[in-house]
Amino acid sequence: MNLRAVQTIYLFEMSRTFRTLLQSILAPVLTTSLYFVVFGAAIGARIPEMGGVSYGAFIVPGLIMLMLLTQSVSNASFGIYFPRFSGTIYELLSAPVSSFELVLAFVGAAATKAILIGLITLATASAFVPLEIAHPVWMAAFLVLTAVSFSLLGFILGIWADSFEKLGFVPLLVITPLTFLGGTFYSLDMLPPFWQTVSLVNPVVYLVSGFRWSFYGAGDVSVVASLAVVAIFLVVGLTAVWWIFRSGYRLKP
Amino acid sequence: MTRTQLTVNPTTTPAAQRDAARETSPADDRVMLSIEHLSKVYADGFKALDDVSLEVRRGEIFALLGPNGAGKTTLIGIVCGLITASSGSVRVDGHDIVRNYRAARSLIGLVPQELTTDAFEKVIDTTAFSRGLFGLAPNPAHIEKVLRDLSLWDKRNSRVRELSGGMKRRLLIAKALAHEPEVLFLDEPTAGVDVELRRDMWLQVRALRERGVTVILTTHYIEEAEEMADRIGVINHGELILVQNTTELMRRLGSKQLTLQLNEPLQQIPEMLAEYELELSEDGHTLIYTYDTHGERTGITALLSDLSRAGVRFTDLRTRETSLEEIFVSLVSPQS
Ligand SMILES: Nc1ncnc2c1ncn2[C@@H]1O[C@H](COP(=O)(O)OP(=O)(O)OP(=O)(O)O)[C@@H](O)[C@H]1O
Ligand SMILES: [Mg+2]
Repeated sequence: MNLRAVQTIYLFEMSRTFRTLLQSILAPVLTTSLYFVVFGAAIGARIPEMGGVSYGAFIVPGLIMLMLLTQSVSNASFGIYFPRFSGTIYELLSAPVSSFELVLAFVGAAATKAILIGLITLATASAFVPLEIAHPVWMAAFLVLTAVSFSLLGFILGIWADSFEKLGFVPLLVITPLTFLGGTFYSLDMLPPFWQTVSLVNPVVYLVSGFRWSFYGAGDVSVVASLAVVAIFLVVGLTAVWWIFRSGYRLKP
Repeated sequence: MTRTQLTVNPTTTPAAQRDAARETSPADDRVMLSIEHLSKVYADGFKALDDVSLEVRRGEIFALLGPNGAGKTTLIGIVCGLITASSGSVRVDGHDIVRNYRAARSLIGLVPQELTTDAFEKVIDTTAFSRGLFGLAPNPAHIEKVLRDLSLWDKRNSRVRELSGGMKRRLLIAKALAHEPEVLFLDEPTAGVDVELRRDMWLQVRALRERGVTVILTTHYIEEAEEMADRIGVINHGELILVQNTTELMRRLGSKQLTLQLNEPLQQIPEMLAEYELELSEDGHTLIYTYDTHGERTGITALLSDLSRAGVRFTDLRTRETSLEEIFVSLVSPQS
């Protein structure tokens, strides 16, 4: 194991983050605050309690998930797309580094950043609503597993994309709608039965639900189903990455 | 691993150094690079390499000479793990580049043809990054030495995007040397580098060779191959046409042409100039003399005085090296 290389790439990726530290922190703080002003205070005041918690508190887990998913995908996809685009990937491919080590470093860095932003979002939210976390360990587990799974997804996206347009396309056209329709701002039982059933094929529903369960002890679907979905995501992502490196897809002509 | 030595001795001329170096060439019998029946067919069906076999010994400077699209970068790419071979095998110091890629790649430094750098990084950081990638502990002294040798130390805190093209090329060399490689691939190292620095670079390459580093470089220029390499491999259309000692190859290739623009058109070449085997153009306005630059004498002085004795006057004259294309033709044509 070339741990030194993993560390080198990881720190390089993280330093990119810290160079733009202010943006990295400011953006989620601002977004979260806006959501709370609009959904928590303005609209939430007219919405009754949901499952025993105020609407403001109810949307916190969904909001963190929204941040986590978009950040994981965009960090990881950009992290690997940029060296491909600029050509500096030659150095990574010609180094004595295994594909596993490469993935570990890139996905690790992207997930770390996403988790940091998730935690910043959580901290910002706690300034607006009183928060309680029923299952902190599970909360941390969901946070990490989701960040890792979606960073893997982002990594795959960054390898598949051959233009900046495509790089922006997936987060915008896939991740954002799935998150908004994934019970971020509402509970599934508020939907007509037909749409409840449709929602069950949206994987984000399971992530948000599981995460919300770790906060308030209740979710739309069972926590086992949530865990299963995260596990499936991980396995699919890992398989895809394994295939990419085995075939040299978009990396080696 | 030993430290990279890049000392330059400014008192001797490059040519003198080269000749001296060639005589005491440290190339030993250990085969550092062994390529067997290597072929590459790209996804679009294009055959970029066709059954190439080659051995390069430790401490050798080997030049791959060939025109655009010959397959030089493809060959280097395969050895360095950037391109997947279609068939054949490559070993670096005995390590197969696929089965034993870690051992093989640890020995290799690569300077790519394209100027690909992280624009926003600092020179010193990106050089240290390269070392870390190869799993080596940080060694600021070595990084400083490499940057100094490549005249980049003053620029160590500049961002890469602030460097000139030639500096970027040298930075790529510094990055490749950061992990103290045993085999160095230089894909057109002197493209975009000014004449003075080019000389410098040649000296540094030779200095690397002195400590046993094997250097494989590509170039379009015969003079560059001649100047630097112990052996030259000529590649064209994916085939390694020939591999030969530089001195021998130069004897074979070193012809030049002298073209004379005549005052008055000639009907035919005067008798007394027959021994020069001159060519006369169709319109009789130009005379062409082909001579060997490596011969004892070129015969130019004699030709010019014989021309004036024969009363042939000319308005202009120019000389020209044989082009790579002509060389390939002469190499593959049967009589050569
Ligand atoms: N990824 C690719 N897909 C298809 N064809 C390719 C690819 N890369 C290179 N080629 C083709 O393979 C041939 C050899 O290319 P290569 O880059 O090895 O040439 P080269 O000798 O390095 O040329 P140059 O002196 O211009 O750098 C060229 O005809 C090129 O068009
Ligand atoms: Mg090339």
